[in-house]
Amino acid sequence: MSAHSITAATSRAKWVAGTLVILYAVITMIPLAWILMTGFKSPSDAISYPPKVVFEPTLEGYVNLFTTRTRQTEEFLAANPPENWADEIVRQYDMVIVGPSKFGERFLNSVIIGFGSTFLSIFLGTLAAYAFSRFRIPLADDLLFFILSTRMMPPIAVAIPIFLMYRELGLSDTHLGMILLYTAVNISLAVWLLKGFIDEIPREYEEAALIDGYTRFQAFYKVVLPQAATGIASTAIFCLIFAWNEYAFAVLLTSATAQTAPPFIPTIIGIGGLDWPAVAAGATIFLLPVMIFTILLRKHLLRGITFGAVRK
Amino acid sequence: MAEVTLKNVSKSFKSTKAVIDMDLNIPDGAFVVLLGPTGAGKTTTLRLIAGLEQPDTGEIRIGGDRVNDLTPAQRDVAMVFQQYSLYPHMTVRENLAFPLKSPILKTSPDEIERKVKAVAEVLHIPHKLDNKATELSGGEMQRVSIGRALVRDPAIYLMDEPLSSLDAKLRADLRVELKRIQAELAATLLYVTHDQIEAMTMATHVGVLDEGRLVQFGTPREVYENPRTAYVAARLGQPRINLLPAGLFGGGHPPNAVQIGLRPEHIETGTGQPADIVRIERLGDQTRLHLKFAGHDVVTLTDPHTSLRPGETVAIAPKAPLYFDADGQSIT
Ligand SMILES: Nc1ncnc2c1ncn2[C@@H]1O[C@H](COP(=O)(O)OP(=O)(O)OP(=O)(O)O)[C@@H](O)[C@H]1O
Ligand SMILES: [Mg+2]
Repeated sequence: MSAHSITAATSRAKWVAGTLVILYAVITMIPLAWILMTGFKSPSDAISYPPKVVFEPTLEGYVNLFTTRTRQTEEFLAANPPENWADEIVRQYDMVIVGPSKFGERFLNSVIIGFGSTFLSIFLGTLAAYAFSRFRIPLADDLLFFILSTRMMPPIAVAIPIFLMYRELGLSDTHLGMILLYTAVNISLAVWLLKGFIDEIPREYEEAALIDGYTRFQAFYKVVLPQAATGIASTAIFCLIFAWNEYAFAVLLTSATAQTAPPFIPTIIGIGGLDWPAVAAGATIFLLPVMIFTILLRKHLLRGITFGAVRK
Repeated sequence: MAEVTLKNVSKSFKSTKAVIDMDLNIPDGAFVVLLGPTGAGKTTTLRLIAGLEQPDTGEIRIGGDRVNDLTPAQRDVAMVFQQYSLYPHMTVRENLAFPLKSPILKTSPDEIERKVKAVAEVLHIPHKLDNKATELSGGEMQRVSIGRALVRDPAIYLMDEPLSSLDAKLRADLRVELKRIQAELAATLLYVTHDQIEAMTMATHVGVLDEGRLVQFGTPREVYENPRTAYVAARLGQPRINLLPAGLFGGGHPPNAVQIGLRPEHIETGTGQPADIVRIERLGDQTRLHLKFAGHDVVTLTDPHTSLRPGETVAIAPKAPLYFDADGQSIT
């Protein structure tokens, strides 16, 4: 084998590479595993020192996350036996469940705002990217630079003007306001990424469709969109991850109605301070949608791009 | 099917003049072949007719109607691209059915099924109908893209080197098939090729392009036998026409002739002046004789069972040759 061969790795190189990848995966997984475990600990196990790796699992954190509870007198507790397993868990602190917590609502807000802004970013981004890619637009380069320039400082740098603007416009603490805000932040990324993907799709596909009797718009959605699916999927994941995890604007601009999960989760209070198992349970559930979304779109991400049908 | 006319059509891309002042009349039912070296403007001409490019000046008519302002879909043309562009996310069947399902044609499913089958038969691809477009060889892709045009019955078929990546046998088969289909449907066809045999055997008319200009238009025989310029003469004929100084064989040429053009049939062997045999090239269907005559290379044909050997000499003389003046224009 020549010294420059890049086709076959030696078994030693494979072994080293494999070990490094696994090591990296383990290191990045530890915080996640810790959060997952903490969600199933009792409050005392969660804060015990040295930290407990082996513990008796309980659903207390999850029950606390989803409910509000109140302390009751012994007579009341004796007169009203626990109605279900969740009730039973809270009885050990002489409490009863009095209703749902705000977590469900906050989570739903996150879903509406996260997916809403992702959809809007992708929708507008795809149309804009297509136009930039295919049509002669006056000052196209300047416009693209302008779009990119909105990302040249951290979005939070404009927090105060946005705060004032939103208060004036009545967009503070509204779903629409947050969707528009996250869309505004994401759209430059979306336009640039998608333009790159659409540029890669040969024009001949659409031109063939135009000649085959379709309108420009039909050619766009029947031929270009399926070709751009890979790019759209990966762009959507980036947009969703930003909108889903965004914390600073959410703290600043949302409160009673449109508050998302990130500012809510760390404020879950239990007996004598933060309820760590409930916080961890909230974080675990909060991770799921992005994970599922990514797994669902993984096929598109990995599929690679098919240019085989055009003779270059 | 319809007549297609270009009148004074020009098209530039920035500084490149791709098509210059073109007048072209494609009669109804004609099979017109466009010839020209790379960059001559053949593809651009097709794209102008299809409506994928807007002419800078001039007028394009299909079936008598001015179509300059119509979209490609409204022009009712079918095109086979030079970069044959199958829709990669569709199967072969879906690719072939795509034009039939368009909002303009709205073909019934039975009819689609029937037409797709028929076209697949003609192109020898019925067993590939359920393949993804990406799971085909280059030659198969090319046939599917021809098929995507043939399922339709448009005003004109535009084909940009449709047989270029097929093997010799398939190419010969499809040449016959295309010609048969064209004759059967009385279809109007504008066809780009570099292949001399395709041009000579299929065309009713040949148009020769030179840097965006249509320099000659006529039947294949006319263009072959009476090329208007030395450039046109060099486009048809294998081996290529020998263009030599007019006086090389002595006097007897028109006074303003600068070049003499000799195709193999213009060269008589056995009489005249001696030429050295450099090489004998046996191509199977023809045997070429490479000669050196007065310092110039001359290529002609000879009998396959010739007893001539390299290093020997053979006498040659021009016979009713072509003459061209200082501008390369033919002198008749
Ligand atoms: N979209 C375009 N932008 C700029 N220049 C172009 C464009 N399309 C064609 N041209 C130029 O116009 C001229 C004619 O091109 P065209 O594609 O018509 O040539 P052709 O005869 O089809 O050549 P080939 O045999 O290589 O396919 C060339 O010089 C080419 O570079
Ligand atoms: Mg071309």
